[in-house]
Amino acid sequence: MDYSKIISKKAEALKPSGIRKYFDIAAKLDNVISLGVGEPDFRTPWAVRREAIRTLERGKTVYTANPGLMSLRKEISEYINKKTGVSYDPDGEIIVTVGGSEAIDLTVRALIEPGDEVIIPEPSFVCYKPIVELTGGIPVIIETKEEDCFKLRADSLKEKITDRTKLVILPFPNNPTGAVMTREDLEPIAELLRGTDIMILTDEIYSELTYDHKHCSIISLDGMKERTVYVNGFSKAFAMTGWRLGYMCGPREILRHALKIHQFGIMSSPTVSQYAAIEALRSCDEDVQNMVDEYDSRRRYLVDAFNRLGLSCFMPQGAFYVFPCIRSTGLTSDEFCERLLYSKRVAVIPGTAFGESGEGYVRVSYAYSRKHLKEAVEKIAEFLKELENDN
Amino acid sequence: MDKLFKLLRTNARLSNSELAVMLGQTEEEVAERIAKLERDGVIKGYSTLFDEEIVSKDYVRAIIELKVTPKAQVGYDEIAKTIAQYSEVESVYLVSGGYDLSVMLRCHSLKEVSDYVAQRLATIDGVVSTTTHFFLQKYKESGIMLVDEDADDRVMQ
Repeated sequence: MDYSKIISKKAEALKPSGIRKYFDIAAKLDNVISLGVGEPDFRTPWAVRREAIRTLERGKTVYTANPGLMSLRKEISEYINKKTGVSYDPDGEIIVTVGGSEAIDLTVRALIEPGDEVIIPEPSFVCYKPIVELTGGIPVIIETKEEDCFKLRADSLKEKITDRTKLVILPFPNNPTGAVMTREDLEPIAELLRGTDIMILTDEIYSELTYDHKHCSIISLDGMKERTVYVNGFSKAFAMTGWRLGYMCGPREILRHALKIHQFGIMSSPTVSQYAAIEALRSCDEDVQNMVDEYDSRRRYLVDAFNRLGLSCFMPQGAFYVFPCIRSTGLTSDEFCERLLYSKRVAVIPGTAFGESGEGYVRVSYAYSRKHLKEAVEKIAEFLKELENDN
Repeated sequence: MDKLFKLLRTNARLSNSELAVMLGQTEEEVAERIAKLERDGVIKGYSTLFDEEIVSKDYVRAIIELKVTPKAQVGYDEIAKTIAQYSEVESVYLVSGGYDLSVMLRCHSLKEVSDYVAQRLATIDGVVSTTTHFFLQKYKESGIMLVDEDADDRVMQ
């Protein structure tokens, strides 16, 4: 059997995630101090786990309705309304998905025809570009810059819009930079898109994890709800990554079609997770606040530590990553990460895994205990000292 | 809970400069605030959590449930304060439910606990009954897990 002949050209052309390589190296080494993960170190709040156990005990293990349990959709609708002031009808404007990732996939597949352009700010999460490419769409990259605090600027967006632009992805709060968009930052973007047929996919999976300001969603701006698909989920805010549960909200006319893809590909999202998620939305505000406070202390600790070490580090406003600049070492991001991993057994992710514009930066996750972070910082300090001595 | 308390609760040994970084304040502000909290009696002290099995292996701990008759004017306070005087007593709580005072004891032996209960506690005027529970294993204290947790099996994504 000649498998090379039967693999689809599109699948073959996909590049594996740039994070994978470091995972593979780290797996072969002993005692690696990882700063590489993209998920919380906290356990899912006990109330949520207990609800899942109860669900199993009651034998609630059958499929749910395709768009998810109505009771969960109602809860999501209330939650979004409380956070943003925007109302979505649980009947037709909300689909419960397998993580935020499926919601992104559904949105792109429901909207994009071969040749359609999708604008993607980078550095950003690794999935947007491959998903767009699989549909035959054309990713159009906008590089965000440290001097703009890695925000998307309306003038950069304007330059990239053509008559083939169908979708703009807004990945904020951002993985890997920690950048956020405030209402003032979003308004000119909204102004640019009002009155066009360009849709927005706003990926707000980190919306609960913002530090100095409350998160602002573009759906709360005038005229934006009708041109936006809003994606969020339970993974980051409620420390529920393995439960695989997210959701998408948007115009009925789009979700009607996305739901068919979900129905044929997934059927319905995990039932036990759905029941547990109702509990998360109802009773976990304090758990979330405690996690946010702890992340905030770690964020400040790491930014201060990297700046002291001479790796200039922008103060991220959201998510759980810092994104220090490593240009002062004279190494590329990839070289930096590889050498740090081999010589000090500390794993960080090169900025280039999130787009070419991540060159010169590394992503450091602070979803680790303060003790673990301190240990890693000490190792990085040793590494930098040795680099200096070598030169 | 205030962020400063959250940090100190899990690690009271953080220096003022470390606290300042994590809170986004100056070291002087942190020092001043802590001094005031200590002065006002909000911060009562700093203690260390250690593995009792290693450090205090010559001790036994017990919780004594006490039923008492409250006294006119002072209620439960007088009796609770009397009990709190003893150096063997680590904590005293007034609780709701089937009994009134929960007293935590640390002694050198089972015999010492039983002597303490029989001779000191049970004889206090107003104490109606006592029930003694010995500690077998401690799993969590002050929000900190004292038993090994599972290894971190998250992968890089």
